[in-house]
Amino acid sequence: MNEPVKQALIAKLTALADDELILAHRNSEWTGHGPILEEDIALANIAQDELGHASIWLNLRSALDGSDPDRLAFFRDALEFRNSELVELPRGDWAFTMLRQYLFDVYEALWLSAAKNSTYPPLAQAVAKILREERFHLQHTQAWVERLGQGTEESHRRMQEALDMQWGYVQQLFVPLADEHLLVAEGIVPDLAELKKAWLLHTTQHLQNSGLKLPLQMGYQPTTRETHTEHLWSLLAEMQSTARWDPEAKVW
Amino acid sequence: MNTLTPPAERVWEALRQIPDPEIPVINVVEMGIVRDVEVKGDRATITMTPTFSGCPALHLIREHLEAAARALGFTEVEVKTVLAPPWSTDWITPEAKEKLRQYGIAPPLPSQEVGLIQLELAPIRCPRCGSLNTSTKNTFGPTLCKSIHVCNDCQEPFEGFKTV
Repeated sequence: MNEPVKQALIAKLTALADDELILAHRNSEWTGHGPILEEDIALANIAQDELGHASIWLNLRSALDGSDPDRLAFFRDALEFRNSELVELPRGDWAFTMLRQYLFDVYEALWLSAAKNSTYPPLAQAVAKILREERFHLQHTQAWVERLGQGTEESHRRMQEALDMQWGYVQQLFVPLADEHLLVAEGIVPDLAELKKAWLLHTTQHLQNSGLKLPLQMGYQPTTRETHTEHLWSLLAEMQSTARWDPEAKVW
Repeated sequence: MNTLTPPAERVWEALRQIPDPEIPVINVVEMGIVRDVEVKGDRATITMTPTFSGCPALHLIREHLEAAARALGFTEVEVKTVLAPPWSTDWITPEAKEKLRQYGIAPPLPSQEVGLIQLELAPIRCPRCGSLNTSTKNTFGPTLCKSIHVCNDCQEPFEGFKTV
């Protein structure tokens, strides 16, 4: 692997990990606050899975540049994070959280399915592992979108509001990184433009079946992972506080 | 165990004494977590694979594996983690599946390549009365590897091991 490809891969692994890590943290904020006990458990499970996936991606990065996954997660500042803005938005209400997780799950499921044949074996192996866990997420969040979209007047209104807000943000998942084309050319990661078509097909159909309307105005669409909303700072302040409190701690 | 037993087999035997931290009725070897044991003089290398990647018990399992090999007198012990091939519930031995059932956890079904967006679920057999007339209450449970069900015949709620 030549140096530019290696650097591009490090950047991509970081972006993949940061999406999972930040989304996991946002979802974990519901622990103890879910609408019913079983949903509390379900979302905590989903968050824990995503955290596991973040750890897999950071370990893959570590194999390339010797970085320490824990340092990356807990000691980077907000501007060094490469997550999409969608995942850092405050958790909102249950409709907002479920819709975001659903839109992300469909993207992730399609990305993983396409990355199964990656020419970079460690990535292909990681994908095979993650795919097995991911289908449980999609099954769960897909049902929630339908349930709330077709539920009461209020649940429908909340779901529609969440969709109006998120539709532009979620498009960022399909904006490639600066040098991602190098990885696509080598067959290391899938082409996001192709995935976007499949994603639109799946989500549009399910959202409409759930009685929701696709927003006519796309709304704000972030285009770079190098800038963030103000919400990432407060999220990190909480997420990183324990590790930063005692960086030398060996046992928690 | 006598001293004629090959050293690698002694390690395997020691690892069979380590219960899974979350489902203590089965051990980590039956669970399919331990993939390989290599022994060279005073050095033992144990290869393990995670069940679920976010499983919080992984660190603990790693420590237990290492301690078990050290207790046999190996001075250099390495525990390696591999992701491939990905762990499957098919690796849980039939004896262990029966232990799960007796413990009240419906064992996993044979895994097959399931499409990601395919949602149909096979019926889960109640571990208490054996009925297939059961409902899934939650595809997520108290640990990453389990789901929650209820039997419509004997009315008992029960946990099921997710098939992966």
